[in-house]
Amino acid sequence: MKVDIEKRILAVNDELAGSNRELFARHGVFVLDLMASPGAGKTATILATIDALRDRYAIAVIEGDIASKVDAEKVRAHGIPAVQINTGGACHLESAMIRRAVDTLDLDALDLIIIENVGNLVCPSDFDLGETAKVMILSVPEGHDKPYKYPNIFQVSEAVILNKYDTMGVFDFDEEEFREVVKSLNGQVPVFPISATKGDGVSAWAEWLAARIDAAKGEGSE
Amino acid sequence: MHEMGIAEGILSSSLEAAEGAGAVRITSVFVTIGELTEVSEDALQFAWEAICPGTLAEGSVLDITMVPASSRCADCGHEWVHDRYSGAQCPSCGGWVIMLRQGREMRIDSIDIDEESDA
Repeated sequence: MKVDIEKRILAVNDELAGSNRELFARHGVFVLDLMASPGAGKTATILATIDALRDRYAIAVIEGDIASKVDAEKVRAHGIPAVQINTGGACHLESAMIRRAVDTLDLDALDLIIIENVGNLVCPSDFDLGETAKVMILSVPEGHDKPYKYPNIFQVSEAVILNKYDTMGVFDFDEEEFREVVKSLNGQVPVFPISATKGDGVSAWAEWLAARIDAAKGEGSE
Repeated sequence: MHEMGIAEGILSSSLEAAEGAGAVRITSVFVTIGELTEVSEDALQFAWEAICPGTLAEGSVLDITMVPASSRCADCGHEWVHDRYSGAQCPSCGGWVIMLRQGREMRIDSIDIDEESDA
């Protein structure tokens, strides 16, 4: 006998993601899901973004890693509340993990939550967390061919940060080809070249994010 | 290897539906996966075989239909089927405002079961 189901495979994750999204909208909090490979500079980019925006917005960070709390400690040492999630081997974050982490934060006191996803260019791109926007980082040493190899993450991202831009002279990175492939995958996506640890280019990225945060707040208050 | 989590999602929906229908065994599970996702067919089959033993779905066939991406241009209404790299810009008018119509599916469609009387 045939039994029809017609249901999304990740229905449990997606329903909770939808509930997260409503919760964030109700509290006027912009939630950024930041995705990248291990070592691309996610934590450094988060710290640079915090420095650029902390005078204007109240920020918290959710750190996702398979193990350890070193990233959360770095963020806390920066004077910003941080919640560490250890996935215990899982290669990506899911909406239930975000919900548990968010329940420990005071959403009314926050404007921006940055989620640092597990270092991985594949799996995080298929999971809705309820975030306001997904953004990815590629670092120059990883090579300009990555959009060919890991296309989905470039397609689901609303901005692409090109980190370690100051090392461009050392690596064989073809920026023109990189931008062309990214455009073929995700036509209108902005690309922000930055050097997170030196601060170069961070303000253009931070201003894009600030405009998105303000827009989300405007929608929430209507 | 996020296919394990995806396989678990398929299994839990299948078991729920099977139990609701009074199944003694699930023989096949039909799913649809969009080509724009990062789901690997092989890895999903491997994960399926790993998690089914000991459940009603033990020995079942996971039937995966991969669907290509297609989009519609918001400017001129042109619709076309495309791969990952030819979906951002309209091939007809050159417009950049594109609505994806399919290609991101991760859907469980149906299951085939044996009922008590069949067994």
